[in-house]
Amino acid sequence: MTIVRIERDDKTNRADMVRREVDEPRSQVVRFGADKPLKLDAGVELSPYQVAYQTYGELNADRSNAILICHALTGDQHVHNVHPVTGKDGWWDSMVGPGLPIDTDRFFIICSNVLGGCMGTTGPASKDPATGEAYGLSFPVVTIRDMVRAQAALLDHLGIEQLLCVTGGSMGGMQVLQWAVTYPERIFSALPIASAARHSAQNIAFHEVGRQAVMADPDWRDGKYLSQGTSPRRGLAVARMAAHITYLSDAALHRKFGRRLQDRELPTFGFDADFQVENYLRYQGSSFVERFDANSYLYITRAMDYFDLAGEHGDVLANAFRKLKSRVCMVSFTSDWLFPTEEARQIVHALNAAGAPVSFAEIETDKGHDAFLLEEPELFAIVRGFLDSAAKKRGVKAAK
Amino acid sequence: MLTSTSPGALVAHAIPKAPRLDLVVVANMVQPGSRVLDVGCGDGELLQLLADTRDVDARGIEISRDGVNECVAKGLAVIQGDADTDLADYPDSTFDYVILSQTLQATRRPRWVLEQMLRIGKHVIVSFPNFGHWRIRGQLLWYGRMPLTKNLPVSWYDTPNIHFCTIRDFVDLARELDVKIERAVAFGPSGGRVRFDAPWWFWNLFGEQAVFLLSRKN
Repeated sequence: MTIVRIERDDKTNRADMVRREVDEPRSQVVRFGADKPLKLDAGVELSPYQVAYQTYGELNADRSNAILICHALTGDQHVHNVHPVTGKDGWWDSMVGPGLPIDTDRFFIICSNVLGGCMGTTGPASKDPATGEAYGLSFPVVTIRDMVRAQAALLDHLGIEQLLCVTGGSMGGMQVLQWAVTYPERIFSALPIASAARHSAQNIAFHEVGRQAVMADPDWRDGKYLSQGTSPRRGLAVARMAAHITYLSDAALHRKFGRRLQDRELPTFGFDADFQVENYLRYQGSSFVERFDANSYLYITRAMDYFDLAGEHGDVLANAFRKLKSRVCMVSFTSDWLFPTEEARQIVHALNAAGAPVSFAEIETDKGHDAFLLEEPELFAIVRGFLDSAAKKRGVKAAK
Repeated sequence: MLTSTSPGALVAHAIPKAPRLDLVVVANMVQPGSRVLDVGCGDGELLQLLADTRDVDARGIEISRDGVNECVAKGLAVIQGDADTDLADYPDSTFDYVILSQTLQATRRPRWVLEQMLRIGKHVIVSFPNFGHWRIRGQLLWYGRMPLTKNLPVSWYDTPNIHFCTIRDFVDLARELDVKIERAVAFGPSGGRVRFDAPWWFWNLFGEQAVFLLSRKN
């Protein structure tokens, strides 16, 4: 593959760095011992476990200005600081910061790595205290609700009774919706972006392709690659490449790459990356494997597949929101075909039927699902307006 | 179809920044502290007025994306939707007031919309431009052309207003739907109210705008 390659030494370092983040993350971390097990939907208890998180801004005196950000499938807690492994800026730096819509001067912002993740919260790459080896596939399958339970445990630890807002995009939005259902009294408002109340058959299908790519890689070793010193890099890269296409749109890909060739005048009549779009995808795949654990990818995609809020409530979504009094603002994007507007609309109808105060905005963009991470002035204005009005309604005073 | 560009830039602009007169009239009909749905809420001017002055739990539906996004950015609870279809999704008697401000004439099915509003709201407030006003009648009579006025400045081929009615037409429809007219207000171009005790034909001739407060009889 003619792609940007990281030097071998550098690569080893990266792998070591990632491995270290799993158990000893370079962020804040809370460890829950045997006295505080986490009850999982799979019917087992996870103990001990840890939650890695970052906070920005200051908690005010009456603890009313806390906002929880839930990250997406391949995100982590490093919302607004340089990433300890990649060295890149925080993944939501355009949204979170001083004077930005999620204003670190006014709010206390929390983001934790999800359960099953690989950046410091307990997941399949974490050391199983029973064996001293990484859990691998012996780690229990977790759900979105389990992730939210772990976040609630973190809030208990931080002494925060009620969040001013819980927000996030994609799988982050699923967690937001799960918060609205499982802990309605603990959120003053909720802002799910580009998300859905259930994972569609098409989305499960895409995830299955990704998982099969990982598991078909001989270096996966039935999930025991960490103890056997291998890494299913090719499988995970293919999974990422396939998934990445679903985060964009035909229009966005065409605008960015068209049919342009990569550093050449003519096609090579071979299977090298002739086209820029191929080169781009290969780069996305290879850079992803530098920072992500393959088994984590299996577990987290599975959690998304299992997500179905209505399913827990007799297939009537409105019943799931029966106890919700919080204000909700749902946002979708016109060119998002992974979590299309129609899915958002179903949630809005259900919230309306349940009597919850709901807003819904669809933003016109050709950037696809990933639009929530990008420069979208309309999204910024909506998030700012929604948070301002929530803060005003709740009488939030600044920390200083 | 509802649009964010109101069917007419409306009357009283005498004091700059003051809320539009028809909106003030509508807002004054709403009991403080009640639950309100504004159908076709545009950029949220009425919702904001209601929230600021009547302390209501105010929601809105708006068809235009720009209108919705502007409302949400203002912190108003507004969803994108079409009055001609989406009102069916609301349960009975969800709201104390359902308001249709300057939108009735732009709906595809005004009667159905009104029926749905009466179902989901205990009270219904409708404000609309009166097509029976003498100026409009005069334009048709003297020039034989579709009227263009300060409030209705868009040509017939571009206007979103597809179902104009007069005050008398509206009263007839209210009778047909067997609803109670609790209050009615009509006012002229300068914002002056038409005499309260005048007969409908008088209102119909001199009222440029009309606001009705309706409720179910049973």
